[in-house]
Amino acid sequence: MITLNINKKNYKLDADPETPLLWILRDHVGLVGTKFGCGVAQCGACVVHLDGEAVRSCVTKASRAQGKKVVTIEGLSEKNNHPLQKAWLELDVSQCGYCQAGQIMSAAVLLKENKNPTDEDINDAMSGNICRCGTYLRIRDAIKLAAKENI
Amino acid sequence: MIARPKKNNRYNGALRSVLVITILASFVFFMAFGADALTVVVHKPIDSKPVVVKDSVASVAAFKQVYSVLMSPRCMNCHPSGDIPLQGDDSHIHSMLPKRGVDGKGVFAMKCSNCHQPTNTPGLHTPPGNPEWHLPPANMKMVFQGRTQNQLAKQLMDPKQNGNKDMKKLIAHADDGLVLAGWNPGEGRTLPPISHAEFKKAWITWLTTGAYAPEEK
Repeated sequence: MITLNINKKNYKLDADPETPLLWILRDHVGLVGTKFGCGVAQCGACVVHLDGEAVRSCVTKASRAQGKKVVTIEGLSEKNNHPLQKAWLELDVSQCGYCQAGQIMSAAVLLKENKNPTDEDINDAMSGNICRCGTYLRIRDAIKLAAKENI
Repeated sequence: MIARPKKNNRYNGALRSVLVITILASFVFFMAFGADALTVVVHKPIDSKPVVVKDSVASVAAFKQVYSVLMSPRCMNCHPSGDIPLQGDDSHIHSMLPKRGVDGKGVFAMKCSNCHQPTNTPGLHTPPGNPEWHLPPANMKMVFQGRTQNQLAKQLMDPKQNGNKDMKKLIAHADDGLVLAGWNPGEGRTLPPISHAEFKKAWITWLTTGAYAPEEK
């Protein structure tokens, strides 16, 4: 048994604490917004927030999340109205969309720690999130748009 | 006639009890700690006041071994000359270009511990783990990459470049968690050229023989 706080809700789960957090989220809790990409922390599709940090859930054991706050793309905002989510829609960022939950979760940590990021800051924060469709330019624009709303 | 027990007999009884208990307790003590418990071992605790006996030949020879470890990918990869760590046995620039950050723990959504877990992730070439995973901080980068033996030896002995370490702390650093992690690098990574025990011995030998910097060739 393992107890986890996910998107402000406590879940008591019949799962091995060694299970990667990604599979707890997807298979045990049914939150499938977080995606499996590479499974070895190389692509960023599985990024969730663990006490506010953009951890890669595919390599993060559930045990590491115990006693901490997990936030997934489903819990990023109350009504899908996080400035990033709005900017993403506004600029039609996604193409296939598979990596986008991870992109937004990484960008959210960037904006939390840096309200007005430069191009270099965006590069530094987002270089670990790969997009096979090549939506990088729109991702950059959307982060800037969301930052403006934050300011 | 039964003599009335003298008053102080009661004290004798009590004394005897104390004596018996003391003897029994000492048996327990010896069983638990052995005879060593009585021996005052006069170690020369290497970490309390290291004795330096200058010997330039032994010192330089020991540093050669130390250098072979510090310049191995397991150590050097996190002591890069730039602000991005190195990766792999060929010490290429770390994929996805994570930056050092002020404290050496990364920046924004790219912090070391986002991928590097408290323990090694199972599988070939997966992120190795340690609870303290980080680079040296931005205000003291402690660069190994590109340093000659002479440069690195001098740098290691300079508290302004070695993380404010005196001799005692330098010696203790051989058993630092991240140093030890070099010998538990996860699947698919070569180990440093000598064992940790050999490294520690060479490290302490170098330091306690005067920490001589090998001459530039």
